[in-house]
Amino acid sequence: MTTSWTRTRAHTGWELRLLLRNGEQLLLVFLIPIVLVLALGLTTLVPGGVDAAIPKVLTISVLASCFTSQAIATGFERRSGALRFLATTPLTRVNLLTGKALATVFVTLLSVLVVLLLGIFLGWRPGGTWPLGIGFALLGCFTFAAWGLFLAGALRAEAVLAVANGAFLTLILFGGIIIAPAQLPEAVGTFVEFLPSAALAQGLTLALDEAAASTAQLLIPALVLTVWAVIGSILARRFFRWE
Amino acid sequence: MTPPALQVTDLVVSYGPTRAVAGVTFAVSAGQITALVGPNGAGKTSTVEVCTGLRPATSGSIRLFGRPPSDLAVRARIGVMLQLGGLYPTARPLEWLSYLARLYSDPADPGSLLTSLGIDPKTSASTRRLSGGEQQRVKLAAALLPKPELLFLDEPTAGLDPAARLDLLVALRRLSTDGTAIVLTTHQLGDVEEIADEVLVLVGGRLVASGPVADLIGAGDTTSFRATAGLDIATLVDALGSDYQVRETRPGRYLISGLTSPQLLADITKWCVATGVQATEIRAGGRTLEDIVIQASVDDL
Repeated sequence: MTTSWTRTRAHTGWELRLLLRNGEQLLLVFLIPIVLVLALGLTTLVPGGVDAAIPKVLTISVLASCFTSQAIATGFERRSGALRFLATTPLTRVNLLTGKALATVFVTLLSVLVVLLLGIFLGWRPGGTWPLGIGFALLGCFTFAAWGLFLAGALRAEAVLAVANGAFLTLILFGGIIIAPAQLPEAVGTFVEFLPSAALAQGLTLALDEAAASTAQLLIPALVLTVWAVIGSILARRFFRWE
Repeated sequence: MTPPALQVTDLVVSYGPTRAVAGVTFAVSAGQITALVGPNGAGKTSTVEVCTGLRPATSGSIRLFGRPPSDLAVRARIGVMLQLGGLYPTARPLEWLSYLARLYSDPADPGSLLTSLGIDPKTSASTRRLSGGEQQRVKLAAALLPKPELLFLDEPTAGLDPAARLDLLVALRRLSTDGTAIVLTTHQLGDVEEIADEVLVLVGGRLVASGPVADLIGAGDTTSFRATAGLDIATLVDALGSDYQVRETRPGRYLISGLTSPQLLADITKWCVATGVQATEIRAGGRTLEDIVIQASVDDL
């Protein structure tokens, strides 16, 4: 009998192999963030130029790879019956979900690296507290991966495609990423602040800012993300179906 | 005492108000090939799905090697070929099997397995680009990969050409000789007669007949033949006498109940000559599984 870690490692490798050769996924995970860095960093679409653009694009990278891409891929795996077959093997639900999450984190970190290198090339100079930035990115990864897997495991593949893409665009435009919550009407802004997208964007902005953020400032977005991560994980474990 | 490879007791599977399996009990021992047969919707696939842990039983008990289907140690000892699912569409056969092999402690060699089933391990085609028969063989390879002690095959011969079908039957017989317990569902009743040790006939979720193939098909004095549909069987009844009953069980399939004898065959042939009927597949002395399944379905209605 193989160990749980052996099976998780095998599944992580399998997911990575599939992710890194899927054209649509690569477009979503790498090309869109690159285009956004160029669009937001070289224009005045967002005040603050490339310095303001990088945390926003990093948030979009995390959202794209961990949530949208993950949900769509897993939804179609369910539809094809591949997951149904895996349910008869020694691969457990936890092995599957952990393998997917780890592979997604790895791909997201690659995407983040590409965005950072491009940002540096465009004149962005990282400041703030790097470990906190990485911590926020990882927390964001797990949060969105959990919600992506919940969505993929609970809805039909076609519905997953529609909901994941719809949520992706909605969160980018109105979820506190492109337009900061402070720029929205007060009632709306307060609501948006508690969305995971806004919390991640705010956390990354503060963590990577030249002027180091205080712990208290970072605590709220970290707490918001953690709550979303916990709820998403519980829902994914509870409602994820193999078929 | 070693528990049977599979023990199903009073299994009930319901989907809302619909009862797909209604109190089925059977056991499968090591080295035994057991076929679940029956019309569509009889509960065959539901039974397999519950036994493989894909679906919970509404009530009843399932034990594989004495343990529940959800037990990980059990899942490492079974191989499953599903009717729907079992392939990763964008993966090549060898990479899919190589990944699966890493989930087991002592798997078969994926390349050799594919080769033995007539699939080129070096093929660059993804499984979705393969023909239906090739996809079936890759699914079978995935089922055989763990060197299973208990093998579930749901419609394994669907989509296979005659030669591949025969190869599969030979392979299954070899596996059972080596001690693998096999549970298969199929509509190919001729295949079942050829390789199954035990047959379970399910109709409407109920087990309506079961036993060794020889006992089932040998039971009763029945002679059957095929001919044009809608023949005037009253003239045949007259020709055979009152000791025999004749029914057209389905279009073109005639069943004669009564003592089988050389005289009966002669009388049938004589009647065919007299009425200009070209009979085919005359079968004397027993029913076919097809007869049994059809009769059971008719009785159920």
